[in-house]
Amino acid sequence: MSAALEGAVIRPAVTHSRGTTSARRRPSARTESPSSGARVDAIEVSAWFSGVQVLDDVSLSMPPGTVTALIGPSGCGKSTFLRILNRMHESVRGAQLAGEVHLNGEDIYAPGKRLTEARRRIGMVFQKPNPFPAMSIADNVTAGLRLTNRRISRSDRNDLVESCLSRAGLWNEVKDRLGKPGGALSGGQQQRLCIARALAVGPEVLLMDEPCSALDPTSTRWIEETIAELRSELTVVIVTHNMQQALRVSQQAAFFMAEQGAPGGVVERGPTLQLFDNPQDPRTADYVSGRFG
Amino acid sequence: MPRPLSPGLQASDRIFHGTATVIGMSVLAITGAIGAFLGYQSIPTLHHYGLSFFTQSNWQPELNKIGIAAVLVGTVEVALIAMVVSFPLAIMFALFITDYAPKRIKSWLVSAVDLMAAVPSIIYGLWGFFLLQPHAIDLARWLSQHFGWFPLFHVDTDANAAVWQQSRYTSSAFIAGLAVSMMAIPLACAVMRAVFDQAPLGEREAAMALGGTRFGVARIVVLPFARGGIIGGTMLSLGRALGETAAVLIIISPAYLIKIRILEAGTQTISALIAGNFGNATKSQLSALLTAGFVLFVITLVVNTAAALFVRRSRSGASTEI
Repeated sequence: MSAALEGAVIRPAVTHSRGTTSARRRPSARTESPSSGARVDAIEVSAWFSGVQVLDDVSLSMPPGTVTALIGPSGCGKSTFLRILNRMHESVRGAQLAGEVHLNGEDIYAPGKRLTEARRRIGMVFQKPNPFPAMSIADNVTAGLRLTNRRISRSDRNDLVESCLSRAGLWNEVKDRLGKPGGALSGGQQQRLCIARALAVGPEVLLMDEPCSALDPTSTRWIEETIAELRSELTVVIVTHNMQQALRVSQQAAFFMAEQGAPGGVVERGPTLQLFDNPQDPRTADYVSGRFG
Repeated sequence: MPRPLSPGLQASDRIFHGTATVIGMSVLAITGAIGAFLGYQSIPTLHHYGLSFFTQSNWQPELNKIGIAAVLVGTVEVALIAMVVSFPLAIMFALFITDYAPKRIKSWLVSAVDLMAAVPSIIYGLWGFFLLQPHAIDLARWLSQHFGWFPLFHVDTDANAAVWQQSRYTSSAFIAGLAVSMMAIPLACAVMRAVFDQAPLGEREAAMALGGTRFGVARIVVLPFARGGIIGGTMLSLGRALGETAAVLIIISPAYLIKIRILEAGTQTISALIAGNFGNATKSQLSALLTAGFVLFVITLVVNTAAALFVRRSRSGASTEI
């Protein structure tokens, strides 16, 4: 599959040059403020687990300040693709990949690029909330700084905790009990705590792997509101099984599918509304109308 | 109102249940019987000497002066030296095996550490005496030269003499402790390895996704999770170190003094006392030795029980059995 990138939101790229997206930046992109997130480009990404190919030539662009939804049935490589974006894929034994992932034009897999730096700049929130249970809520938020051996003063620390918890929509609920253990919160609160923790290290991109699938509808709504607010500062990529959620939160979407016995890939991509109202590919039409999934 | 339920077991289930219960109870019964036997044999000694058995440091049966004060101190010293040496090594081995080693050699490393546990204690004794001691006394001399002002490292001899007295540094609690640590390491390492492996993958991934280094993940996720197992495993190996016999017997030269100068020649532990004096003991001396054995039994039981409780009550211990 060539590196052709379709869809109204992402303008077409040419195959012969990689890593030069800066030369063809959209006009509006030049006026982006630095805080609206980074541009992520996946270029011909393929993945294997112990010799079995699970992703075939996936190319996708995620512009700054947008929410991209990855939708599709189970087992078609959405989560694998997501984990490739922040270099978590290689932590699995027997995992291999091909292709490039560009963060603001620079390949994060280039030799000499630090793994931990890529993961710091591209944060991730997982399906099952995983706060550190033995640590307090405040310590959970700043855990990322401890993990990367960065020190901040006490006052900065308190400001950071308040700022991240506010952005995650959790501040009002926990401001009086910041010293309580992180594991003592409800599922939805834990997930928002994980979002706050991910925000504390200052990422430019936030990846979310089905963040609401283990949560009740109220918590889901809170998190979707959080995603909408984060859009102005970050690029968000969210894997979701819930098509209505994709419609609610994302501006563009990519439909993944894997045929029987074949590796997964992107069947169609474009603005989310267009994908649901007017899908070009019959397989997309079948999926969004619920004929399979 | 809930109703009482009966499982309605089949005959084969009932037979197995009964058999397993009997065998399980017999383990407790055997341990209790050993303790009872030792306690019963201690009665004559404790009756004769009373509490002076615990305060007298000399062991001179011909003068009717018997006491395990010095021996107890020596036992604890050797065990603590073994712990101080083995604890950091066991943690680092276990952490390396679970988090740092390439997957290909991980099983080899596990086998290597477990093999350390399979080596007989007397081999470690011979190793300690013939191979380790000549080098260890150089280290002991260096320590007493530079830190001899601290009572622990002081040795009653001139460390700075041109021809220094080697025999004042041999057969010490320090060298015995080093040899015992080799036996304590695999035990502690095995327990620690088991709990490190159980650190939840979700938390590990969260730490990695935040940009954590491998050491960061270990520090923030693995070690806090495994705290109970670390302490439990250490106490378990302490129990082993307290009762270690063959290696200590070969290395030390018996001396019945209460002293904390671990680098100095001469010390005694309960197990070495029993093993060394068993052969030519009269009936009353035998009772005294068995009393010392009873004391060791009680100490080991307390340490191991405390270890098991600690591990069981901790997060990591919930699924570990020691």
